[in-house]
Amino acid sequence: MTVPILEIKDLCLSYFTRAGEIPAVVDFNLTLNEGETAGLVGESGCGKSTVALAIMNYLGDNGGIVGGSIKFKGRDIVTMSTEELRRLRGADIAMVYQEPMAALNPSMTIGRQLAEVPICHEGVDMATALKRAEELLDAVRLPDAKRILAAYPHQISGGQQQRVVIAMALLSKPSLLLLDEPTTALDVTVEAGIVELIADLGRDFGTSNLYISHNLGLIRETCDRVFVMYSGEVVEEGSIDEVFQATRHPYTTGLFSAIPMPGSDKYDRPLVPIRGQLPLPHKRPPGCNFGPRCDHFVEGRCDARRIPLDRLSGAARPHAVRCIRWEEIDWAEYQPTQEVIEPMPPGERVLRVEAMQKYYEVTDRSLIAVLRGRNVRYVKANESLSFDARRQQTVAIVGESGCGKSTFAKVLMGLETATEGRIRFNGDEIADLPVEQRSAEQIGSLQMVFQNPNETLNPSHTIGSQIARVIKKFGIEKDPKKIEERVFKLLDTVKLPRDFARRRPRQLSGGQKQRVGIARAFAGNPAMVIADEPVSALDVSVQAAVTQLLMEIQRDHGTTLLFISHDLSVVRYLADRIVVMYLGQIMEQGTTDEVFSPPYHPYTEALLSAVPIADTSFEKRRIVLEGDLPSALDTPAGCPFASRCPRKLGDICDTTPPPIVEPAPGHRIACHIPLAELQAVPPVFSQKDDGDGGDAPVVAA
Amino acid sequence: MTDNAVRPARPSRLMQYLRRAALIRESWIGSIGLGIIVFWVAMALLAPLLAPFPPNAQYVPFMAPGFEMPQTGIFWLGTDHLGRDILSRLMWGARTVLFYAPLATVCAYAVGIVMGLAAGYKRGWVDDLLSRVADLILSFPILVLYVVIITTFGASGVNIVLAVTFASAPGIMRIVRGLVLDLRNRDYVAAAQTRGESSLYIMFIEILPNARGPLIVDACLRVGYVIITIGVLGFLGLGLPPPDPDWGSMVNETRGMAMTFPHMTIFPCIAISSLVLGFNLLADGLREVSLRD
Repeated sequence: MTVPILEIKDLCLSYFTRAGEIPAVVDFNLTLNEGETAGLVGESGCGKSTVALAIMNYLGDNGGIVGGSIKFKGRDIVTMSTEELRRLRGADIAMVYQEPMAALNPSMTIGRQLAEVPICHEGVDMATALKRAEELLDAVRLPDAKRILAAYPHQISGGQQQRVVIAMALLSKPSLLLLDEPTTALDVTVEAGIVELIADLGRDFGTSNLYISHNLGLIRETCDRVFVMYSGEVVEEGSIDEVFQATRHPYTTGLFSAIPMPGSDKYDRPLVPIRGQLPLPHKRPPGCNFGPRCDHFVEGRCDARRIPLDRLSGAARPHAVRCIRWEEIDWAEYQPTQEVIEPMPPGERVLRVEAMQKYYEVTDRSLIAVLRGRNVRYVKANESLSFDARRQQTVAIVGESGCGKSTFAKVLMGLETATEGRIRFNGDEIADLPVEQRSAEQIGSLQMVFQNPNETLNPSHTIGSQIARVIKKFGIEKDPKKIEERVFKLLDTVKLPRDFARRRPRQLSGGQKQRVGIARAFAGNPAMVIADEPVSALDVSVQAAVTQLLMEIQRDHGTTLLFISHDLSVVRYLADRIVVMYLGQIMEQGTTDEVFSPPYHPYTEALLSAVPIADTSFEKRRIVLEGDLPSALDTPAGCPFASRCPRKLGDICDTTPPPIVEPAPGHRIACHIPLAELQAVPPVFSQKDDGDGGDAPVVAA
Repeated sequence: MTDNAVRPARPSRLMQYLRRAALIRESWIGSIGLGIIVFWVAMALLAPLLAPFPPNAQYVPFMAPGFEMPQTGIFWLGTDHLGRDILSRLMWGARTVLFYAPLATVCAYAVGIVMGLAAGYKRGWVDDLLSRVADLILSFPILVLYVVIITTFGASGVNIVLAVTFASAPGIMRIVRGLVLDLRNRDYVAAAQTRGESSLYIMFIEILPNARGPLIVDACLRVGYVIITIGVLGFLGLGLPPPDPDWGSMVNETRGMAMTFPHMTIFPCIAISSLVLGFNLLADGLREVSLRD
């Protein structure tokens, strides 16, 4: 029998802090064979990154391995000397981090940084090292390797940087590669390329990979075996098919019903949030850690003692579950309590954007530019945007970073004014109206929910005072007693206890902060709320709850929701209409069904294909875009997407702006390709024949 | 988000602040610093009760520490060239230092914070103007600046405060500006802007409270520097007018005789250094405690 690359037995890791010893990971077992990819999936704070650091024996000053063993090719890492570890790290075990920019040294060329690895570990000379580096850059599919070797990290894009980091990790021919959320900081279409690369790593380079992610879809597309972690423990492990199709643990099932899948629908099949929140590491409940949040909790059994990891079969590497009731729970019968929302018919028009343009002036202060007399250039952040939004409707603006969606939100909120074009909101013309000139009523009826829960609330003030300030500002109530009452009512609306009014933001979890952010936005009874990626920074199990809440309040208030996002799976679930933006221009718009089925704009098609899908009953076509987003300073004369388009026709795409075709009233596509040809494109998602209608998670009999 | 996601209603605000302040105990460096400062504050406050002699009363000059005069008492730290008790003068002198140094720092902060907030939040020409003015002031040798100001306006407590404010405000402005440049991009600032708050409200209510951490640490250090400055001014003869006790002037008046009667010079020097050290250690301790999770 061959020795596995990595064998972790009964590993226990703890951090030592002011509050005493905090067990971060308990009783962790993992075996990884050559060429395999194992996935660790879990929410923030579940201990997945701690495991990766422990494998490098790099836990830091306040962390320690309390028990168990980590065997790398049969040698125990826990008992190794510092010198042995130093030789191991980077050479036999390499790591790829989340932030590529932070992993590369900004003051050295890529070539020198890459060459360091073989020079340090194998003692080869510079020329050989550079040659090896070039070969590997080719291998991670970076075009023009020579140019990249001579470049500094800031001169290449984020996706290229992450490929360089992966190449660097592979340079010393490691047997084990640890990937800690390698695509979280990247755009979806760039992510798709990296995911494809990672999936091929084991085959092309023979490395074993440990892939850490919070995204079930990504795990499904890259891994052979998956370990679902919750609060420091593995709650379920098995092959991808076992865990995704015959899910046993209530937490894993909960995760699957909390994320939007191609089969979910906000009216017929709404998301089911997992109630409550993650327990803090030093306040874990007795018995099952998931107990307080579990619908199948039985008092006296689930909280009696620690739950062992149960094997489902006698196989060498069986599907295992940390639940004492896995045999009893009948998943086919189980119907989680869910609030079904009545469909909301769109009402009268609230917002009309007509040929809105926003240019930023960039002054080039260099001498040459001044001499040439051409020192002003324009960043075209928004180019002739036109669309409508109606009462009670959810309109989603989708696009990758730099597509101009946040600029548009700023213009709408009055933080910037439009360069040209008109925006009519509730009958008022607001395109040229900065926020200082808007009336309290106008401001109150157009509010915003922000993206980052840790920044949306001022850490220095109490929750109550922050909401009260909004109420006072919009002149809804004057009397302090009435203001307080209204603050309480708003807290009720977002389902937070009333005594939260006296708390400060740092005492709240991310999801709770986001709820307060929503309460604040709805304080002035707004006609329209702009939500800028309101759930993307939250944990998966909390995302669903916040999404549902947003929809409920929208229904109760008849609010129009302008939902800005890069995540098409959330958008598909939530939106009635979708506007797809690329480089400041609208590529396609229409109802959700129209956008998600052919005819597609080629960019929409690529975006759809880039979304990782956790539902095994669906298949999708893979389209990986080449290249990166062009700069908004030098937008192409023709179609902005021409430089990356896989369906590019020819020169016409580069020179002439695309015409707008309208396959159905309201469904507009800006593309040169004849409509008939676009209509002939097969759908990106298709159901597998053996699937049973997107019933996720599918339970094997 | 460590330990307080679910905690029942909390005690009063004052108690909260005291409890947070008590965290300084976790840093032994900070505790020592705080101890030294508390010692000098006690000396200053209790000078009328504890000081064995009036600060300006003259007895036998040049007496060594521990000299005992029948009927009068013991001169624990000796007497100076005019026969005044050094211990009593140090205690009374602590009052001057501990009154003017924090006062000058507070004034410098008031000016620096306003300038920094305006420059960092408004940007544009406001920032250009304020930053250039700050550069201009900072480009002068600081001591020359003090000498020019004090000699022009005369030596008095108020003028010392003015001089320190003038010379330190630009440095504080730069710190505040840097912090504001970071904080102004937070979402809660955008939220305040989108509900139409005035710039003043955003600067002082939304941004400033969140910059307090680094500013408190810096203020502690700066009080130390101001104590040195007041000492230097006293030493140069630009401090508080005699005969009131001032540590810097005490060193200055006796430095010619330092070789023969070292106790007259050394004790005021120790007083200055220990108090400065106290503030530096406290600043270090605060930084250490605030960085810990």
